[in-house]
Order: sequence, then C-alpha cells, then structure tokens
Amino acid sequence: MTSTDTISIAGTDYSSRLLVGTGKYKDLDETKSAIETSGAQIVTIAIRRSNIGQNKDEPNLLEVISPDKYTILPNTAGCYDVESAVRTCRLARELLDGHDLVKLEVLGDKKTLFPDVPQTLEAAKQLIDDNFKVMVYTSDDPIMAKRFEEMGCVAVMPLAAPIGSGLGIRNPYNIRTIVENANVPILVDAGVGTASDAAIAMELGCDGVLMNTAIAEAKNPVLMASAMKKAIESGREAYLAGRMPRRAYASASSPIDGHFL
Amino acid sequence: MEVTLNGDPCTIEQNITIAILISTLDLEGKFAIEINQHIIPRSEYPHTPIKPDDNIEIVQAIGGG
Repeated sequence: MTSTDTISIAGTDYSSRLLVGTGKYKDLDETKSAIETSGAQIVTIAIRRSNIGQNKDEPNLLEVISPDKYTILPNTAGCYDVESAVRTCRLARELLDGHDLVKLEVLGDKKTLFPDVPQTLEAAKQLIDDNFKVMVYTSDDPIMAKRFEEMGCVAVMPLAAPIGSGLGIRNPYNIRTIVENANVPILVDAGVGTASDAAIAMELGCDGVLMNTAIAEAKNPVLMASAMKKAIESGREAYLAGRMPRRAYASASSPIDGHFL
Repeated sequence: MEVTLNGDPCTIEQNITIAILISTLDLEGKFAIEINQHIIPRSEYPHTPIKPDDNIEIVQAIGGG
C-alpha cells in the first residue's frame, strides 16, 4: 500500500480505512489493546449520563482513548428522534472542546435498529446548519445516500446488515451503486461479522468500514482487530489492483504453445 | 431545594452555582452539562446559578459504536 493512499474526511487525511467503536468490550484494557491493534485513527464513542457517586475510581474512556491520539467520533446511537440526536451532538461538542465531527444515527425501532431515514435527514440538516461535520449512518439506498451527500454530509455510511448482526454484506449491488455515484467517502457502517466481510466491502470500492461488534464480540477481540486491519488493507489493494473478469468456463494458466507431448 | 439530576430527584443547597455543585459530586474526567436542555459552556459554570426545579443533565463519553 502506498503511503499516499489515504482517506480524506472533512479535510483530514487518514492512512487507516478502518474505523472502530468502543462498545461491548470486557474492560477498558481490552478496548485499548483492540483499538491499538486495529490501527484505527477514528474511534467512535457514545454520550451517556455520568454515574454520579458511582464508579468514580474507574478510568475514564477518554483517558484510555485519548483525543490527542485519535479522532474521536461521538455517535448518536440510541437516539430515536431528531431532537435527542441533535442534543447529543451538541453535548458532545461541548464535552470535546468544540470538536465538530459527529456520527449521526437516528434509529427507527429497537428490533432492527434500522435508520429512520426521514428523521435522519432532518437531524442532518439541523446539524449542518449548526456547523457540524456529519458522517451519517443510513440505509443502503443509493438515492438517499446521494441526498445526504448533496445536503452536505462529509461521509455517507450505509449499513451492510443490521447493527450488531454480523450478517455481512447483504446487498453488494446497492453498496456498489452508492460508491459509484458518490463524491464523498462511503463507509460501510454495521453488519460486518468477520474479516472477509470487511474485505468484500473494500473490494466493492468503499472508502472505509466502521465496525464495533465484529471485533468486540470475537472470542479474541485483539486478534480479530489484527485480522480486520489486514482485511481492510487487502480489500483496498484488491480494489485498486482491479480484479480479473469472472468467466463461466476455465482459462488455462499455462501456455499451450510448446506443449511437447 | 429540589432539582432533577440525571433524571432523579435530588436535594441540593440553595443559591449555589454549577461550579459548586460539581465540586460536591466527585466527577472524574471530562463531562458536559445541560440545564433545562440548554448546554452550559464550561467557562460559565462559576457564573451559572442553579434554580429550584432545574433539570440538570451531566454526561460523559462511554464506549459505543
């Protein structure tokens, strides 16, 4: 991989195309090890009420995943309406001293965690008007992906399968169409289960992949983080290399000329 | 006086600022504060009094995807 093959998000270049979450780990030590191993430079966090009077001896996530070392990407996970998503982003900006890059998701229901796209559009509009840089989680609908790009989202992040499902790339044709139409980075966000899923997303031409559960719920999260790093790099190289055409029948690898029997 | 703190009813001293409230709570690390759904910038903590029935939210970063 050449050092110039970077992904540019909101004006910053990143050498890693793997973005990771910090949820579901056994403890902060495991979080730290897995994220360091993944090589990720952009790391998502959630915003929640402080446990007042409890757990005050526990280290704080931002001490382990330092904003000095990583680009912190606050997300609006768990928000089911425009207002709570926008409030969460504003609180995150205050919490992170004016940091304005956010991951927007507005969910539709608890069973599927599919995005509520009309509410996501409205929340994105309000956030962009309030000078946020929005990376938006949405469905794998090429028309909606284009809408989010046109309204000013800095990256569009279609799901490959439901959040936390690990079902892999369920509709590669839609993902490819979204990529072909796009002028902003397209990242698969949600659905990846194992390394080959991440490689497929990259081979389709995605600019990156955001994942959490596939690493955190692996039996060995740190080893899976390593696998994902390699899968993202392999998939990217394969995309840049350009795969051979698929054929219905065989095509011999050895030359026919000079055959001596 | 009575306020709501992170969703729970809470009795605190009268006529205190956010800065004083925070000093009594043993909060660790970075946090952000909203009162009645308005974000209070950190620089305003010493100058922002808490009023009866205020709805105070104190949030922090935790692990998430």
